[in-house]
Order: sequence, then structure tokens, then C-alpha cells
Amino acid sequence: MRNLTTTSFILSTALLLAACSSTKLDESKAPIEDRSSNMAGTTPADARSVSTVNAGSADGLDDPRGVLARRSVYFDYDSYIVKDEFKSVVEAHSRYLTNNKNRKIIIQGNTDDRGGREYNLALGQKRAEAVRKSMSLLGVPEAQMEAVSLGKEKPKATGSDEAAYAENRRADIVY
Amino acid sequence: MIMPKNLLHLIRASSTAAGLAATFAIVASSSAQAQLRVEISGVGANQIPIAIAAFADESIAPQQVSAIIKADLLRSGFFKVIDTGSAMSETTPINYGDWKSRGADALVVGSVQRLADGRFDVRYRLLDTVKAAQLSALAQAAAPQMTRTSAHKIADDIYEKLIGARGAFATRIAYVTKAGKEYRLEVADADGEGTQVALRSNEPIISPAWSPDGTRVAYVSFEAKKPVVYVQDLVTKQRTVIANYKGSNSAPSWSPDGKRLAVALSRDGLTQVYVVGADGSGLRRLTNTAGIDTEPQFSADGQSIYFTSDRSGGPQIYKMSAAGGDAQRVTFNGTYNISPRVAPDGKTLAYIARRDGKFQLYALDLSNGQELRLSDTARDESPSFSPNGKYIMYATDSGRRGGLAVVSVDGRVRHTLSTQAGDIREPTWGPFMK
Repeated sequence: MRNLTTTSFILSTALLLAACSSTKLDESKAPIEDRSSNMAGTTPADARSVSTVNAGSADGLDDPRGVLARRSVYFDYDSYIVKDEFKSVVEAHSRYLTNNKNRKIIIQGNTDDRGGREYNLALGQKRAEAVRKSMSLLGVPEAQMEAVSLGKEKPKATGSDEAAYAENRRADIVY
Repeated sequence: MIMPKNLLHLIRASSTAAGLAATFAIVASSSAQAQLRVEISGVGANQIPIAIAAFADESIAPQQVSAIIKADLLRSGFFKVIDTGSAMSETTPINYGDWKSRGADALVVGSVQRLADGRFDVRYRLLDTVKAAQLSALAQAAAPQMTRTSAHKIADDIYEKLIGARGAFATRIAYVTKAGKEYRLEVADADGEGTQVALRSNEPIISPAWSPDGTRVAYVSFEAKKPVVYVQDLVTKQRTVIANYKGSNSAPSWSPDGKRLAVALSRDGLTQVYVVGADGSGLRRLTNTAGIDTEPQFSADGQSIYFTSDRSGGPQIYKMSAAGGDAQRVTFNGTYNISPRVAPDGKTLAYIARRDGKFQLYALDLSNGQELRLSDTARDESPSFSPNGKYIMYATDSGRRGGLAVVSVDGRVRHTLSTQAGDIREPTWGPFMK
């Protein structure tokens, strides 16, 4: 799933670039015409035209390529320990939360669909709690976090193979 | 099973090698509301041959009373139903010798009459063909929509008189269905008929638990984007939040007096067992471990609480005083035993065990530790005892969709209920009601 997202991002960027280069020749005339008319200043309507500028966001949460865009922590089978590869995710969100005291998160723990609903709910809680504890150790105040479980009730992947099970052994950070 | 002495002659100790293999399929067609399909396989060792006549004028009622009685008794596994010809009312003269020669040990006759106020008067008699005597009789006047209940009550009376234990046909069940994005908490008769929707939601609903008086259901709803425990009055629709603390709130179980609920909360870290008043007041923590303690269940006498704990590593079932304190381990076989439910007589524990990768229903005799596997499916969940303690209903995965199954505690009789569309899970069998 994560790999898929990255792949599709790369693909769409490549397509965009390809699109730009292919239209280059066709549009070569337009800028020249515009420039000449601007310099002449003969069209008063142009003085009232408004073009939009996107300033972008200073909030790191809105950066789709930043580390804060990663909001899932995956767990091994029957494991409730935050793996090293997800420490950077936990650290980034902890930093963000300590710098933005008005922001709150819910950490949602999930499990694969094998076993009882209530016991899985408790296991999902164990995963959410592992993330909450890590963030607490990094200085995030309790008031900014809530660890809850969705157990096996809201599976992201619905198959019954190892890939689907692995996708559902997950805690999500939700702002 | 203890039989009333004067009825022992009714029991035919016939060999049932053939009987065990018999399969009946009753496709519910009696009402437009019928949504569940019932399939029966396997029957009891001793079956009482009983003739059930069509009730006189029963076609005037919304449901066919004699058909409901027949289906109830067949499903129980304790009866062999003998066909009769024409309808017989409770006043039709009986030639006992005729019925005896046709192999019937008992005969059921009755009638339906419309009363001036619109209600239906359902009358019945249960006759012992061997003794040529009446065993029981009943007259019930009920609103048209209660015709099914009247029929179930007659089946209860027949079961009690001939088997010697209280019947549970007139009880109700609650369960959760999922169709598309919609979750529903539904209530139906114990045979899966006459369904009514108690709650509709676009978020999951789990762990319904019927109050001991049968008027309320506690459950966990995710409508607030996290698990919260509610109690809903089925008649007034009034909902009360019982537990909505920080973290997850789940696994409600009623105390036998209906005044308190045991719940599992994660407000203090990992999931632990608490007890709370039925109005949500007076929360008290009962377990105190560094692991998971969940799925609390009061024993029938209210003195103990059974629960699932991973304190030994994997999940096992433990028992503690209802006031909390030290716990004793109850299950020792295998590495995964969850969802404890205690029989009404306190002697049997039903639970789900994972063995060889299969999640299956088991029963444990609490007096001698003897374990009995009650299912041969692989994804069983949520067992629930019938109030007479004779049957266990549970959720099972038949193919891709969830269905409900019922098995007798000795494993001899079983049937399944399944919906036409969507899946059905999380059954809870309601109490006896007046």
C-alpha cells in the first residue's frame, strides 16, 4: 500500500513532466503576444485582472512529501513494539505536537481479522498504547493524545492473506 | 437430563443412527418479514413421537400456529413429528387407540378464534395417547402481531411437559448484521423470525448483551469514532452512555440483578475490567495487571466474574470474585481461549478456543475439567447460552458471510440461521420473559 502510493506519486510526476514538454512548441507563440500587449498598455481591462498566488502552507502537516505525511505505524505478527523503522514517524509527530500545543491526535490501533472481536479490540489498544507511550516519552502531553482501538472492525485491507493481515496490524495517527 | 417419572413411558429409546444423519430444512415462508433461513442437522438420541394437528381455523391468524409449533419442536432435536390429516380442535373427540397405533405418544390439538376486540384466542390441548389422558391445556388471547409468541409459548409448554425442562422457544435473540456500509442491531424470536431493528449505524456495533429483564440491550457502538458502551431501552428507544472514558470502552456484561455492568476500559492504559452502575454511575476498577483483562462475564449467582486475560502470555480464561481481587486460571488446554460464557446453572463454561489455527466453540465441565468441542467450523465467535441452558448460539463463518449456529450443550443437535443478504454476527440470547 505504502509502496503503491509512492509509485503512483512518481508516475504522476513523470506524466506531468511529459505533458509539459510535449506542449512546449504549441504554446511558444502565446507568451510573445502577451508580453507585447502588456508593454503597449493598450488594454485597460488587464489592469483589473487578478491572478492567484499560492503561498503554500507553513504547517508541516500539509506537506504531502514531509515526514508528517506518514501517519501509520506497522507491527509484526503478535507484536506490540514500535519497530525502529517507524521511530522517525513517531519522533516527527511528537516534535510537531510539542511545537503545536493546540493540536490533538487520536491514535487508532488495528488488528487483522483472526480471533475474537473483543480480544482483538484489546490487542489493537495495545498497539495504540505502544505509540502513545513512545510519544509520551518524547514529551507529548497526555492532553494532546488519546489511544483508542478499532480492533478488527475497520480493516484497511479486506483479504485473508498475509499481505492483508500485515496491512491491518497497524496504528494510525489521526489529527 | 432428569425426566418426570410419569412421563418416562413417552420416551422411546430408539436407536438413532439414521436419525443423526437426518437433515431437515425449513424455509421460513410464514411471514413477509422472514429473513433468516433455518437448517437443522443432527437430532437428539431420544426422540418423542408427537402428532401435531392443524389447529381449527388457524388460517384466520397472520401466522400458522401449528406450523410454528412443529418447527420449534423439530429444531429442538427432542421430537419426531408425525403428520396428521385434517385439523383438530381442542373439542374434537379423540380416538387414542388410533393415534397410538400410528406411533404417536403424544397428540397436540387446538384452535384459533378472532375475538370481538380484534385479538386472537389461541387454545390448545396436549394429550398422552398411551394413558388416554390430557397432559396440559392453554388458552391465550393476544394481539394479532403476537400470534408467533402464542405459538412459541405452546411449544414451550409441550417441551416442558414432555422433556421436563423449561422451553426457550418464546425467548428472543439480538444480533448484529452488516450489509454494505450499514450495521444493524436486530432483535428476533429465538427461531430468527419476526426481526425488528433496534439500532442502525454506519459504524460498527459489537458485543450486544441482553439485560436480565429482557427490556434493554447493552452494546458497543463506534459511532463516536471510538468504542463507547451504551444501554438502550428496546421499548422507549432511550439510550444511556454507560462508559465513554478516554481510550476504548467495551465488553459489557450484566450482573444477574440488572443493577450493574462489568465492562472493559483502557482509560488507565491497557484494557482492564471495571464495574459500573446500569445508569453509568459508580465506576470501580476490578483488575490490576500490566496486561490485557477483558470480556468479563458474571456467573449466574452474581458472585464471580469470568474474564479473558493474557497474564500468562496468550489469552486464557480466569475467574475472580465479583468484588475483584485474586483470580484463578480456568482454562489450561491450548494457547488461546477467549469469550467465556457461563451456563445458567453455573456448571458449564462455553468459550472459543484456537486449536491448529481453527477458532472453535468448546464447552468445559467446571466440575471435572472435561472439555468438549462443539463445532467443526473454523471461525467461531461470541457464544451465548439459551436461558434454559440447553443450547449455545454462536457466530460462525460459513463461506464468506457470517451466520449464526445453535448447538445443544451435548453437541447432538445443531441448526444454523443465515440471512439472505449481508452477514450476521454477535448473537446474544435473551432471557425468559413473562
